[in-house]
Amino acid sequence: MAGLKIVELQLPATTEQLRALELGTVVYLTGRVFTGREGVYKRAVEEGHGMPAAPEALGRVNFHCSPAATIEADGSFTMGAVSATASFRFAKWLDGWFKLSGCNIIIGKGGMTSADYRKLFVPHDAIYLTTVGYGTGALLGRGITKVVDVLWKEELGLAQAVWVLDVVRFGPFLVESDMAGNSLFERENAKIAGNIAALYEGTRPATLRRYGETDDKTDEVI
Amino acid sequence: MISIDILQRTAETLMAKAAIEIPDDYLAGLRRCVDTETGDLSSFVIQAMLENYEAAKEDRRAMCGDTGVPRWYVKYGNEARVEGGPVAVEAALRRATAHATHSVPLRPNRVHPLWRTDHNNNCGIFAPEIDYAFDPEGDWVDLTTVHKGGLFGSDYRMLFPGDGIEGIRRFYLDTLIGFGKRGLACQPAIVGIGLGGSKDACMVLGKQASCLRVVGSRHPDPKIAALEEELKELGNKIGMGAMGFIGTSMVIDCHIEVGYCHTGGMPMSVHMFCLSSRRATARIYADGQVKFRTDPEWFSDYMRRTGVEWPGLQTQAAE
Repeated sequence: MAGLKIVELQLPATTEQLRALELGTVVYLTGRVFTGREGVYKRAVEEGHGMPAAPEALGRVNFHCSPAATIEADGSFTMGAVSATASFRFAKWLDGWFKLSGCNIIIGKGGMTSADYRKLFVPHDAIYLTTVGYGTGALLGRGITKVVDVLWKEELGLAQAVWVLDVVRFGPFLVESDMAGNSLFERENAKIAGNIAALYEGTRPATLRRYGETDDKTDEVI
Repeated sequence: MISIDILQRTAETLMAKAAIEIPDDYLAGLRRCVDTETGDLSSFVIQAMLENYEAAKEDRRAMCGDTGVPRWYVKYGNEARVEGGPVAVEAALRRATAHATHSVPLRPNRVHPLWRTDHNNNCGIFAPEIDYAFDPEGDWVDLTTVHKGGLFGSDYRMLFPGDGIEGIRRFYLDTLIGFGKRGLACQPAIVGIGLGGSKDACMVLGKQASCLRVVGSRHPDPKIAALEEELKELGNKIGMGAMGFIGTSMVIDCHIEVGYCHTGGMPMSVHMFCLSSRRATARIYADGQVKFRTDPEWFSDYMRRTGVEWPGLQTQAAE
């Protein structure tokens, strides 16, 4: 693990700060982030409800997450662990989402394709940070200093609601996409690809095939 | 008679333990990965996870924010009787699930598949699942809770006898490579393989092999045990480590369970129990004693019995 670069960012991050981030850099965040996943995207982008609060109140970091948390009877919050959910499923809403939210950092699990980064992220000067593990839910939970608000909890339920969080040294995350739209995961996949043919030596495709199946093991399933 | 109050309290404690405490056998397996892992990113990930387990225990908070889908495995000793009977046991397990979701807290993951209704307590139609097994002896009940993540790392395929062991290797690699990229399976994982059975039993056996056997355990059939070792090694030779980064930490262990199947087929399922392998077990005795452990001791010679009769019962009858 020696050799990994570590960067601490104060939020909101500037375009210049994001431009300086290289793939595989370890990042910690301090400032405001908010959660949002399919329920939020569907409501905000597809159903046209817009954002649940003013951009200044939400910050510019969208975390693909729903926390293990409870709202107590007195309205206070018990925040347990927080981890990301897989992001590739949300690509279809992101263009509208970036326009609506003004976000420049998306945090999630597993990233998206470089084609999506170039099409959706680069035009909005945004990058993707991946959570580590997955997930370091307890470490991330420690980084949350305050639950500022929980929005759309009636409409979407606790797991899909928008949790607005103030965080200090929140992380670790890894830079998965840079400002040019390159993907760390795809870089790693390419390095692993060379080994795959040898693994399969002596095997042949299953007797009963499946529709729509690829037999190219360098492909991804996302 | 086993007290239903003690059973419910024990179930609530198990819910918290599963969510917060990484089982020792998984932890030991992961530490062995650290010693051999050479990929710098994969090493960093595992190191962060080790710190995360400590943070979870210190803070008594869940290891991972996705606290999986809680479910129960109940094993009755043949002489066990619980106050209120099996219906009271199911009620207690549902209450424990709902209470613990609030008190730990866990993420309320369970929703209606179509209407996405969320009761915010991890209970609903057929949720939590409760599976049963029996032991020929004993007046105790074993409760095991497993909170497995729900989205990636499992697959099923109908193979045929002609596909052979090579077909098994191939489908195993397909599943690990497909779900290992980008770390969708949250590896390194305990990989469970179900071979045979009817289609549904094939899925159940594979899932139980990954979630209910501890790292280092081996199938009693020596040839199947050897295949477990071989597939474990094969998985770690893919070149993929934690999060799909270059490395060797893919499989903490590989467990295979087999069941007799249709003469024409060889169905196979693959399941991956993740970096937060959440499981916890307790044995509750009639005298009120409760003993907690991390090994579910689910599979037994009795459960894997092959003949018509269970010899133990015949011996008892003869006496």
